[in-house]
Amino acid sequence: MSPISRGFHGRRREDAPGRVPPGQYVTRDFPVLSAGPTPHTALDRWTFSIEGGHEPKRWTWQEFQALPAETVTVDIHCVTRWSKLDTAWTGVSLDVLLEGVEHDAAYVLAVCDGGYTTNLPVADLTGGQAWVAFNYDGSPLRAEHGGPARLLVPHLYFWKSAKWVRALRLRDRDEPGFWENYGYHIYGDPWREQRYAGD
Amino acid sequence: MEPLENGVLDGNAIGGLMLEVFGTEMTAAVSTCGGCGAISQVAELAVYLPGLGTVVRCRHCDRVLMVFVRARGVTCVDLWGLASLA
Amino acid sequence: MAGTAVRGRLTWQTATVGSVVSETARVRTLSLSVPDWAGHRAGQHVDVRLTAEDGYQAERAYSIASAPGEPLSITVERLDDGEVSPYLTDEARAGDQMEVRGPIGGYFVWDALDGGPLLLLAGGSGIVPLRSMLRHRERLGSTVPVRLLYSSRSWADVIYRSELDQPSDGVAVIHTLTRQQPPGWTGYARRVDQRMISEVAWPVDAGPGAGPGAGPLAYACGPTSFVETVASALVAFGYQTRRIRTERFGASGQ
Repeated sequence: MSPISRGFHGRRREDAPGRVPPGQYVTRDFPVLSAGPTPHTALDRWTFSIEGGHEPKRWTWQEFQALPAETVTVDIHCVTRWSKLDTAWTGVSLDVLLEGVEHDAAYVLAVCDGGYTTNLPVADLTGGQAWVAFNYDGSPLRAEHGGPARLLVPHLYFWKSAKWVRALRLRDRDEPGFWENYGYHIYGDPWREQRYAGD
Repeated sequence: MEPLENGVLDGNAIGGLMLEVFGTEMTAAVSTCGGCGAISQVAELAVYLPGLGTVVRCRHCDRVLMVFVRARGVTCVDLWGLASLA
Repeated sequence: MAGTAVRGRLTWQTATVGSVVSETARVRTLSLSVPDWAGHRAGQHVDVRLTAEDGYQAERAYSIASAPGEPLSITVERLDDGEVSPYLTDEARAGDQMEVRGPIGGYFVWDALDGGPLLLLAGGSGIVPLRSMLRHRERLGSTVPVRLLYSSRSWADVIYRSELDQPSDGVAVIHTLTRQQPPGWTGYARRVDQRMISEVAWPVDAGPGAGPGAGPLAYACGPTSFVETVASALVAFGYQTRRIRTERFGASGQ
């Protein structure tokens, strides 16, 4: 039995019922959490692809910037317990990116510069739930936060919002990505506190 | 070999974790990268602490050498990236 | 005896705060009483774990400030967004309990047999393990020559100020104050760079004899950017990498 350290609380849990999932605290910072060195991909070499459909689709940066984009304000929730409210992002909706992609896949694996991967159901990318975001808070997304572009899927824990995303691979099966392989939850719903496998 | 970015630590920071996992002092232990063959003491490796786990990389080629994830009181240890650790 | 010492290192032991001393506005030294403490080597650290009433735990590593043979103490810098350090610097008081694990470290350590000359390079709170080495050297009556280059934001941020103002024989302390200097300051007033290293570091051939154990031994500790700059500069100055030992702390307020 560990002795109690008098007066120690850890981060204070905010009372914002309905807005903050269980076990989270609200931060005004935007912590940079990375599992490796920050990739720096030049825009003239950057591409984004959707693979595994009937035909692969690919956009250069210029082509990507020509797609309809939208600005959204969302709350984001990290499995390390911080939540950040009212974050503003500009990006291209996955509805736009997947439009016209013929496939019968139920899952994707997001693949990123630096080697990071994460998996998601296709159903969680569509219906206005996900974007490939390239602006944060009105400015181009900084490399340390995933720029030039990252996946943004705010209804799931933020490890699913893969930084430096370069491709989505459509899959029949739900193939665990980097953190999922080490025991993080395969789906990651913060409202059901699905942090680890088996939660 | 790029200088480590601000906030990136070294193997000294995982001395306690490795003591727990291996049962002995490991910061002076010698590792060989399974990718580029670089030989480093654990204390000289690049350590990333993104909160979800601990990721240890070769300073020369950035290959992931070790990953530690603690969940529900169990520590998952992945040493696949190493060629050797002594 | 040896079995007990190993067990102690592996497990969490209860520590009781003895005293809290202010070093600077943001930095405190806490003395800790740990029954069956097996002692430590200069440069090692301990993991400290706090437990809240609801069972929530947080742990961090802190360098040991005291010399081998002295009562255990750690020096902690308050990080504004920290979870553990503000508790240790602002809340903890005599009688409070926490847990420690250690001592930890077999690389960033100095014993008298390691010899010298010693070049110690500290960035901010990186001074802590190096101070343990200095106190160890003094307690031993060692005559190994030492140069300490210590980078701080301002004079008010210098930890162990009065102690370093009266260094032992054979120890030279060189400060650089990077943001603010007191009136009349004639010392370095910038971040460590190649030129400063070339002016301060022991020449590569300093020290007795030849062979693998000869020549100056450098220990660099502080924020990653500081350590990277210093280590690169030493290599460019001619130091071999195996004569440079490094310990990187998380980005501080520097």
